[in-house]
Amino acid sequence: MIWFFLLSGIFLGWSLGANDAANIFGTAVSTRMVKFRIAALVASVFVILGAVLGGAGTTETLGELGAINAMGGSFTVALASGLTVAWMTRAKLPVSTSQAIIGGILGWNWFTASPTDFGALSEIISAWIFSPIIAALFAFILSKIIALMIKGIHLHLLRVDQVTRIALILIGAFGAYSLGANNIANVMGVFVPANPFADVHLGNMFNFTGTQQLFLLGGLAISAGIYTYSRKVMVTVGNDLYKLTPLTALVVVLAVALVLFIFASENLQHLLISEGLPPLPLVPVSSSQAVIGAVIGIGLSRGGKGIRYRVMGRIAMGWILTPVAACLLTFILLFFVKNVFEIQVVK
Amino acid sequence: MKILFRKTRELETQIDDYLDIVERGALIFLQGLRLFFENRLDEFEVRYKDLRAMESKGDSLRRDIENKLYTHTLIPESRGDVLGLLESSDRVLNRMAKTLLNFSIENPHISEELKPLFIDLAQSSTSAVENMVKAVRTYFRDLLSVRDLINKALFFEKESDKIAEKVKRIVFQKDAELSWKNHMRVFAHHIELIADEAEDVCDRLAIAVAKRHE
Repeated sequence: MIWFFLLSGIFLGWSLGANDAANIFGTAVSTRMVKFRIAALVASVFVILGAVLGGAGTTETLGELGAINAMGGSFTVALASGLTVAWMTRAKLPVSTSQAIIGGILGWNWFTASPTDFGALSEIISAWIFSPIIAALFAFILSKIIALMIKGIHLHLLRVDQVTRIALILIGAFGAYSLGANNIANVMGVFVPANPFADVHLGNMFNFTGTQQLFLLGGLAISAGIYTYSRKVMVTVGNDLYKLTPLTALVVVLAVALVLFIFASENLQHLLISEGLPPLPLVPVSSSQAVIGAVIGIGLSRGGKGIRYRVMGRIAMGWILTPVAACLLTFILLFFVKNVFEIQVVK
Repeated sequence: MKILFRKTRELETQIDDYLDIVERGALIFLQGLRLFFENRLDEFEVRYKDLRAMESKGDSLRRDIENKLYTHTLIPESRGDVLGLLESSDRVLNRMAKTLLNFSIENPHISEELKPLFIDLAQSSTSAVENMVKAVRTYFRDLLSVRDLINKALFFEKESDKIAEKVKRIVFQKDAELSWKNHMRVFAHHIELIADEAEDVCDRLAIAVAKRHE
């Protein structure tokens, strides 16, 4: 039964891998700068590493928002979020797994009359708003730096091509690590309070916690999504919204990776606190929205021509529409799961 | 790191070698014509053969470069432009070889009065080619400087148009056989066409540069 419950999380992981890996390696693969098999391997390995080693921070924030303590509840929240994402994607509405899962947790809080931590909620919402803005800022600065470097160094076109290929793989690996660290909470976060896995100790050196095992499973689901479906997304959907050159893709991927990283890194948070600076909340953010922010940043660095400002309206619409839809669907599904199937959704 | 860039460096050298061939071809062409006008026909024939040898060496080098660019899927965004530039540069080299061939076969009788004009025309056309080659070479390393070199190449192309027109006007104002007049016109036109081919390369180059600035 536990494995059945986990299926909804695995489905969410698969869909994240299928869709969001394109935000990291989409342009590199579609412009044939990086072969798909290399992109898929690098993305899979580093998503799993990010999920297992760096996924704790964002998961804790989701736990503060609502600690779903019964497997039936976790299953329903993940299922409702997954269905919301699938339905909104089909309806071509702006959607993000990060925003769907928050709506799902709020729906569980509402159904079970559990309190919602509004402090955590405001942190999450501010991170959603700031993540595309910060991505735009990073992309603006990075594209200026790269333009200056290219002007000053006079590298041969072929050498630039080769350096770009290597950088796309290295920065892609960092992006995949950050995606795993930031977004694993969307996939497996709701299962953590009701985690079925026990900690494994191998001597004094190696400690593999139950949460890490859960994240490994989520990471493997994301990898399955990357290998089975992301190629199609990388080649087609990834290029529909915007046409990027390999060099601008490099800027976008680095900006997105940095955004995902700063909203997921506990070490960075500790560093900021120790330096007396305001810490950034550890919140799952949307890599797709960060990509749009980064593309706008590049547009602004070139004088702001050709920017489609309506896209920003679509992002804002996603902030409201996705959690509301996921919240309502979770509420309805929890009603059926509890009353029709008689499955425990809260302890 | 060296291994990572080995393939790239090899191809960079090949592209440079190919452009050297086109540039040297222009110098040989000019030297060949000078020898022709000085009536040193044996030496002219040696230059013509040198140019033919360079043309065929250039062909095989160009094919090898194209093959490598495709098989290793290098510079995917600019590959079409680079191939177009190399192929149109090849047409310049072919045109120069063809022109010397026509001189070799038809052995036109060029009057003393026209010889300096023909030399000027050949000099302008080869200057257009030399600047075109420099512009193509610069396209690979320094986009901002390409424009200046394109402008120089286009200046010499216009010059060669003017000189060719002058040759044709002088020829057709003369009281001479129509067949000779036509012969002179055709040879002026042959040399003028070299600069026109160089202009085509520059036009392609200007578009390729604009695409990389996007």
